[in-house]
Amino acid sequence: MGVATYIKDEKDAIKEVVLQSGIKVKPVYTPNDLEDIGFDYQKDLGDPGEFPFTRSIHPLGFRSRNWTTRQYTGFGTPEETNERFKLMISHGQTGLNVAFDLPTQMGYDSDDEMAEGEVGRVGMAVDSLRDFEIAFKDIQLNRIGSGLTINAVASVMLAMYQSVAEGFGYQKAEISATPQNDILKEMVGRGAWIYPVEPAVRLIGDTIEYAMKELPRCNPVSVCGYHIRESGCTPAQEISYAFMIAFAYIDNVIARGHSAEDFVGRFSFNLNVYGNLWETVAKFRAARKLWARLLRERYGVRDEKALFLRGIFGGGGSGMTKQQPENNIMRGAYYALAAALSGAQTTALCSFDEAYTIPTERAALLSLRTFQILMDEIGLRDTVDPLAGSYFMETLTRQMEEKILEEMEKVEKMGGMVEAVATGYIQREVGRQAYEFERKLQSGEITKVGVNKYTEGVDMEVELHEYNDEWARLQIDRLRKLKQERDSHAVSQSLKALEQTARQKKNVMPCLVDCCKSYATVGEMANVFRDVFGEYKEPGIF
Amino acid sequence: MAERKIRVLLAKPGLDGHDRGAKVVAHAMREAGMEVIYTGLHQTVASIVNQALQEDVDVIGLSIMSGAHIPICTKLMDMIKEQGIDNKLVAVGGVIPNRDIPALKEMGVQGIFPGGSYFTDIVEFIQKHAPGR
Repeated sequence: MGVATYIKDEKDAIKEVVLQSGIKVKPVYTPNDLEDIGFDYQKDLGDPGEFPFTRSIHPLGFRSRNWTTRQYTGFGTPEETNERFKLMISHGQTGLNVAFDLPTQMGYDSDDEMAEGEVGRVGMAVDSLRDFEIAFKDIQLNRIGSGLTINAVASVMLAMYQSVAEGFGYQKAEISATPQNDILKEMVGRGAWIYPVEPAVRLIGDTIEYAMKELPRCNPVSVCGYHIRESGCTPAQEISYAFMIAFAYIDNVIARGHSAEDFVGRFSFNLNVYGNLWETVAKFRAARKLWARLLRERYGVRDEKALFLRGIFGGGGSGMTKQQPENNIMRGAYYALAAALSGAQTTALCSFDEAYTIPTERAALLSLRTFQILMDEIGLRDTVDPLAGSYFMETLTRQMEEKILEEMEKVEKMGGMVEAVATGYIQREVGRQAYEFERKLQSGEITKVGVNKYTEGVDMEVELHEYNDEWARLQIDRLRKLKQERDSHAVSQSLKALEQTARQKKNVMPCLVDCCKSYATVGEMANVFRDVFGEYKEPGIF
Repeated sequence: MAERKIRVLLAKPGLDGHDRGAKVVAHAMREAGMEVIYTGLHQTVASIVNQALQEDVDVIGLSIMSGAHIPICTKLMDMIKEQGIDNKLVAVGGVIPNRDIPALKEMGVQGIFPGGSYFTDIVEFIQKHAPGR
């Protein structure tokens, strides 16, 4: 849950503060600290919008553009999801962030045995293009960008998004989608993997290569330090692992003969905001600076715009608690403040009920209002990077930078991220820290309000988002009807072409678009890959 | 003769991949001197029951975050009865609302540990209730 460790004396005075990344905070910072680190404005910060972008990637920060808010939405059927999308847009939300149910994320159709009891439970069920046609009906796909929270079959879903947009009459050049599409972090954290590491990374390379040529406004990959942090790593490790993952994808595309310059500008990141406020802000400032510098040093990228660390900085799921859940409303507001002080361009916030259920409509709206209050009422748009020049913040930013590089070095020594994940090194490291954190929380070494301190009163009964068996029935009916109506010859032809292309290790994206347009199902496409690639086996980590 | 260590099968049934809780509890049980066999993700109930048989465990622990604990536990309890291994101690952890606890107890799930449960409570419960203790 990401708070620092405090060592106190018998009178409750704080003797020592150790941040999660292992940095000690001093009680007082002075100009001497800046002198000690050899602080240089041009080299360390630069003006906002200028290399190395520590302060901001935009010269005027939030003055020129307010942030994009993208609450995670989607449940049950495509019809219900469509209604919720429209509601959030009518309340001022400026992008969508689509949640898929687990069968869809894992490449199973709603009528698959493995999907039993899960259809529509944690997100929307998608079996075919028909479902996307319902979910995105009346959404202006040339104006509203969509995050697609899916990984193992992100290539399928990106093809599906292009197909639905073209079916509605939009040009593929004008749509903006950001599939999450980060399979290495699934293997470390969130667990929604299907295929072995090597072909899974190649699929990501396919989407990047395809988007470079065909989908100029899409960001084909959103590298997620977020989930690795949720799984237990430190803020410094979150950034270092995310960067090492990004390098693995970049290297895959470079090996196809492309220049990093031509596609790295499309990478975006999904990073976590919770825990110690100062460590969070320093983390993002250090990350912006390092990303720009490393792309330049490692890959020789010159174009300044391609050096921007862009992404969604938000969430904070692990910071939220099931105990006294209304406290999460306040926590969320502070996390949003941290995101604003960090210069996030796009943000989302876990709703206060998210520790135990899919957000209710009321809770999702409260999160949106939290952002709006920050930006429209209390002055977070006034000036760029307001903490710049602070003795403490600049020292901490430098220390975070060093910690991040230190952690990257460890992975580098393992032979890079693909290797470090395949052998289970990262999983072991993250798992060990999660245990240590939980132990400290239970022993009271780390304080969590309402959990191990101030625990009196105001507990609330957990109410799960009601699961509706009707969803599965509706989806399965629609699927059955689709299979009768579609041109089955076209489907089998397109699937056959997909299989051949996958076997030849060629880019599968054009074939996936054909499959989607012929109304092949997600399960059918995913199964082609299962046959060709096989399935991932988790390394033993204990 | 030293007492045989308690053997626990810790399982992640279903499609949900959030395994921080399962791994953390596995660590804690090991620290407490138990032998823990972790199934890994995406297990069917049939494969969990099969592993419980093969590994001759005393305890089956399930970690479920998706909200599907009632159907999964119902299926598991039926299958262990069929296999004649319903003497094993069954416990479940994860996102479990209070109102579902009676139904789980009714079907024979003895230990129920919602998110935020203490290691000591889980360990003591197993030490006390594992068969043959």
